Amino acid sequence: MGARVNTAAAGTANWVDERTSIGGFVKFFARKLFPDHWSFMLGEIALYSFVVLLLSGVFLTAFFVPSMTIVEYDGPLATMQGVEMSEAFASTLHMSFEVPGGLLMRQIHHWSALLFTAAIVTHMARVFFTGAFRKPRELNWLVGFTLMILSLAAGFSGYSLPDDVLSGNGLRIIEGVTRSIPIVGEYISYWIFGGEFPGEILIPRLFTMHVLLVPGLILVLVALHLFLVFLHKHTQYPGGGRKDTNVVGLPLFPVYTAKAGGFFFVVFGIIALVAAIFTINPVWNYGPYDPSPVSAGTQPDWYILFVDGALRLMPGWLFDIIPMEWEFWGYTLSLNILIPALILPGLFFGFLALYPWIEAWATGDRGEKHVLDRPRNAPVRTGIGVALISFYVILVMEGSNDIIANLFHLSLNDLTYFFRIGIFVIPALAFWITRRLAIGLQRKDRELVLHGKETGRIVRHEHGEYQEVHEPLTDQERWILVSYDDIAPLEIEPEYNDRGVRRKGYRWDHFKQRLSRIYFEKRISPVTPEELAEAQHAHH
Amino acid sequence: MSTTENPTSHESEHTTPESFEDPGLPYHRPRRADVDPKAEKKAERQVAALFAVSIVGTIVAIGSYMALDMTDEIDSIRFVNMMIGLGIFLAMIGIGFGAIHWAKTLMRDHEMVEERHALRSSEESRAGAIQNLKDGVEDSGISGVKRRPVLVGTGLSALLLAPLAVLWPQIGNMGADWNTSNFGHTMWRKGMRLTRDPDGTPIKASDVTIGSAFHVIPEGLNELEHHKIEEKAKAVVLLLRLDPRDLKIPDDRKDWSFDGIVAYSKICTHVGCPVALYEQQTHHLLCPCHQSTFDVSDGAKVVFGPAKRPLPQLPIAVDDEGYIIAQSDFHEPIGPSYWTRLKDTSDGMHADDSEGSSH
Amino acid sequence: MNALARHRYHRAAPVVLVLLLLALITGIAAAVSTASSADAATATTAEDAAEGQKLFAANCASCHGLDATGTDGVAPSLVGVGAAAVDFQVGTGRMPMQSSGPQAIAKRAQFSEEEISQLAAYVASLGAGPAIPTAEQVDPELGDAANGMELFRTNCAMCHGSVGGGGALTQGKYAPNLWETTPTHIYEAMLTGPQSMPVFNDANITPEGKRDIIAYLKAQDEGSPGGLRLGTIGPVAEGMWGWLVALGLIIASTVWIGARSS
Repeated sequence: MGARVNTAAAGTANWVDERTSIGGFVKFFARKLFPDHWSFMLGEIALYSFVVLLLSGVFLTAFFVPSMTIVEYDGPLATMQGVEMSEAFASTLHMSFEVPGGLLMRQIHHWSALLFTAAIVTHMARVFFTGAFRKPRELNWLVGFTLMILSLAAGFSGYSLPDDVLSGNGLRIIEGVTRSIPIVGEYISYWIFGGEFPGEILIPRLFTMHVLLVPGLILVLVALHLFLVFLHKHTQYPGGGRKDTNVVGLPLFPVYTAKAGGFFFVVFGIIALVAAIFTINPVWNYGPYDPSPVSAGTQPDWYILFVDGALRLMPGWLFDIIPMEWEFWGYTLSLNILIPALILPGLFFGFLALYPWIEAWATGDRGEKHVLDRPRNAPVRTGIGVALISFYVILVMEGSNDIIANLFHLSLNDLTYFFRIGIFVIPALAFWITRRLAIGLQRKDRELVLHGKETGRIVRHEHGEYQEVHEPLTDQERWILVSYDDIAPLEIEPEYNDRGVRRKGYRWDHFKQRLSRIYFEKRISPVTPEELAEAQHAHH
Repeated sequence: MSTTENPTSHESEHTTPESFEDPGLPYHRPRRADVDPKAEKKAERQVAALFAVSIVGTIVAIGSYMALDMTDEIDSIRFVNMMIGLGIFLAMIGIGFGAIHWAKTLMRDHEMVEERHALRSSEESRAGAIQNLKDGVEDSGISGVKRRPVLVGTGLSALLLAPLAVLWPQIGNMGADWNTSNFGHTMWRKGMRLTRDPDGTPIKASDVTIGSAFHVIPEGLNELEHHKIEEKAKAVVLLLRLDPRDLKIPDDRKDWSFDGIVAYSKICTHVGCPVALYEQQTHHLLCPCHQSTFDVSDGAKVVFGPAKRPLPQLPIAVDDEGYIIAQSDFHEPIGPSYWTRLKDTSDGMHADDSEGSSH
Repeated sequence: MNALARHRYHRAAPVVLVLLLLALITGIAAAVSTASSADAATATTAEDAAEGQKLFAANCASCHGLDATGTDGVAPSLVGVGAAAVDFQVGTGRMPMQSSGPQAIAKRAQFSEEEISQLAAYVASLGAGPAIPTAEQVDPELGDAANGMELFRTNCAMCHGSVGGGGALTQGKYAPNLWETTPTHIYEAMLTGPQSMPVFNDANITPEGKRDIIAYLKAQDEGSPGGLRLGTIGPVAEGMWGWLVALGLIIASTVWIGARSS
C-alpha cells in the first residue's frame, strides 16, 4: 500500500516537474527556516482573516443584490412589514432571516473584517517597536502600510453596502467631508455619488469596489508582501547564535506547515465562535436608509472611528471667537472639516509611511538589520510609537465620547474639552514617560549584567556583614542584554571647509544630525567585558 | 561585532575584549515526548482526539443545517445560526489545535541555522545589467549620434495622454449632469405645507404645542416620481414651538416664525448628519454624529462642537385653514459648506416661486 | 529570547483570558431584560384627590409649592400637567427627586400604586391635562410594529438609540434605556415630554402611533437573531469586543503556539 502511494506520488511529481520545473521551488521553499515567536504570528492573523473574508464574502455575494431600486418588504420580520427599502437592504434581510446559516456568514464576514484591521494594526505595531522596518525591509513596510490603507477602504465600502440608516449617515458624512475640499470638492462629490447625495448608483459602485477592486489590490500586495518576506528571510529576536547574517528557526515543511496551517483553522474557528455568539451590525435595528432619521450611537466601525473622533474634537469656533470656517472672495474654506478629516490623517499616515527613512537618517546606519531591537533599546522610537498610539486612542475615545459619557455618567461636553487639551498633552507625556521607562529598563539590564540576579539567599561574611548572594548571568542571558547597537549621535563635517567656503549639502547633514541627537543624545551603552570584569573584581 | 580570538579570556585583565562574544546557540533541551515513549504516545492520542473533535464539529454543523427547522421566530433563527456556528468552530479549532499540538510535541523542535545572503547583486550582475540596458538603448536607436528628440517627446506625450482617452469619458459620465448648483436649493416653495415625516400629513399651527418637536417633510415629497430620496435629504425640517418669551428673533426674521413656532433645516452645517436631538428645556439641538449643538431660541447658532454656521431657518406662515406653510425656500444652501456656497446664497431666493400647492 | 518570552507570559494566561470571557458572556446574558406588563388605569374619585392633596402637601409641596404652582428656578408648576405626568414622574421614581443633578434619575418608586393614583387625581383636579392611558391604548398586541419602527426611528431613535437602548445628551444628561419601562410609562412620556424630552402630543403622533411604537419596543424582547446584543449601542461596542475577545483569544493562542512544549 505505502509503496504504491509512493510510486503514485513520485509519478505525479515527475509529471508536474517536467512541465513546470517545480522541483527547484520545492527545494528552495520546503526547508526554509522561520524563527519561532508568538509576535511573528500577528501578520498571519491578518492574512487568515482575509482568507475567511474571501470565503464568507463569496457566500454573501450569492444572496446580496447590489441595487438601490426601492421594493416593499415582504418577509418574516414583523418590524419591517410593508416598509419601503432598497433591494440591497431587502436582500440583506433575506439572507439574514430566511437563509439558514446566512446570518452566521454575515457575522463571520463582519467580525473577520474587524479582526483583519485590528490584526494589521497590531502587526504594524510589532514591526514598529522591534525595528523590523529597517534596511532591507523599508519597501515591505510601505507595502504593508498600503495594505493597511486598503483594509480601511475594503472595510468602509463593505460597511456601507446593506444601505441601512447607520451606514447611510456614514456616507453622508463622507459626502460632507468631500464637499469641503477646496475648488474640486463639489465635483468629487458628484463624481462619487453620480449626482446629488445619495443618488441611485452608489451601492453598485461600492459593491464593485468592495468585491473586485480593493480585494484584487489586496491580493496582489499580499503576494508581494509575502514574496519580500521570503526574499529577506524573517527577522529574529536577539539571542545566542542569532546574527544579522543568519536565521535560526524551524523548517517550513513540516513544522510551519503544521503550525501556520493549523493556525489558520484556529483563527477561523475563533471567528466562527464569536460570530455564533455575538450579534454584529444588526441592520434590522437601524432600518433601511432614509435621510431623515439618525440614531444615538451613530459611529463607524472601529477602524474609521479615529476620523470621527477628530471631527468631533475640532471646534467650529476656536475659543468661541475665531471661526474655523473662512469666507473670502466669495469662497468658503471649511477648516473645521479639512483639518480633522483630511489634513490630520494625512500627516499621521504620512509620518508612519516615511518612518523607516526618518530613522535611517537619524542613525546614519547603512547596514542590513535582521536581528530585532528589544523596544527598550530604542527608547526614542518606542516613545514615538507609544505617543502615536496614545494620539490615536484619544481620537478613538473622542469618537466614542457619547458612549463613554452614557456608560460612566459623564458629560460628553466635558469629555470633549478634556480630549481637546489631551490630544496635545497626552502624546507628549506618553513619549516622555515611555522614553524614561525604556532608559530605566536599560539601566536595570546593566545592573543585571554587572551584578547578577538576586537570589534571596543572605550570607554573613567573616567580618559580620550580611550580604545577598548575587548569581551571575549565564552567557546566554547576558548576551541578550548586551548585544545591541550602541549608536552615537551623528558627527558631520563642518559647515565651512579650510578655505572658508560653505559646503554643499550642509543643511541636509545638519538636519540629520539634529535628528540623530534627538535619538541618541541620551543613551545607555551596553555593558562591556571590561566593565563586567571591574564589577566582578569589586565584589571579591 | 569585533571580538578577540579567545572568548574565554575575559577573566584576565590583559586580554579583555572590547565586546562580548556571541555564546552561540543555547543548549537544546529535549522534550518529554522526545525521551519518554509514554509521553510520545500520550501526545499522539491528544492530537488524534483533537482531530476527532473537528470531525464531530463538522457533523454538528451539517446536522444542524439539515435537521433544525428555521421558522420566522427570532429564537429559531438564532438557534440555527448558533448551532451551525458552534459546529464550524469545533470543526476548525479541532484541526487547528490538533495540527499545532502535533507540531509542538512530535515534530522537530531543534532549531536549525541558515545563512543569509546579501541582497545586493554581485558586481558582475550589476555590470551585466548596466551593459544590457546600454545595449538596449543602443538598439532602440535613440542614443549617441542618432538622438531623436521628437520621437522621444511625442512618444512620451502620447503615453501620458492615452489614458485620458479612456478616463475622460468614463469620469465624465460618472458625475451625471455635474450641476452642483443643486446644492443651493431644496424643493420648498412658497405656500407649500409642512407635513409630518414619514406619512406626509399636513400640520396645523394649533397641533404644535409648546415643547413639541415635529419632524417635517414638504408636502408632495412622498409622491415624487424621481429623486425623492435626494430631495428628502435636503428638505427635512424640524418644527418646534417655544414659549415666545424664550425666543430671540433678529429684526430681519421677524415674520419667519409664527407665535413661537420655528422651522429649521435638520441637516447639520458641519458634515450633514440629521440634527435631531432636541432638548426642550434648554432649547438645544444636538447632532448625534459629531455633537454640534445649536441654540434654537437664538437663531440656531452654534453653542458647542465642530459646526461653525447656524442651521438655516425656513420662513413659515399659516394658511387660511390653519395649516403651516413655507414662505419660500431656504435663503441659503442647507447642509455642509462647500467652496462656492456663497454664490448660492441669496436673500429671498425662490420667494416668488409659487409652484406647489396651497389649497 | 525564547527563554525570556517563556517567563514573561504565565502559562495560565490563556486560561484566565478564557475564564474572563466566559464571565463576561454570562454577565451579559444575565442582563438580558425581561419586560414588565402594562398597568391598568384605574378610575379615580374625589376622595382620591383629597388623599392625594395630603400626600402632595407632605411630599411635593416643599419644591412645587402648596398650591402646586411651582417655585421659580426650582420646580415647575403642575397646574395642567395632567395625571399622565404624575403617573410617569412618580411611577418611575423620578419624583420626588433625591438630589439635584443634570436630570432626575429613575429609581424605585417611592409610593404605592394607590398613592400614585391619588396624587395623580389631585394634580389632574388642578387643571385639564393628559390622562393616564387605558390598558387598551398601550397594549403592544394591538400595535403595528412596522409602523412603530418608522415612527420610532424618525422621532425617538436619535436620543434613545435605534431600538431604545438609550444614549447621551449634552452636559451629562441622557436619554434612558426603554426596555424595562412599562408601556404605560412610555406612552405617558411621549404625551407629556418629561424633562429634556419634547412633547409628542396626539396631533404629532396619534394614539395608535404611540401604541405602534410600544409594539416596536416590545418586539425587542425577542432579542437579536444574531446572538448576544452587546448593548445594541453600535459599532463602538462591536469594535471593543472584536479587540478584546476575538483578537484576545487569537493572541492567547499565538502565545501557546509560540511557547515551547515541555
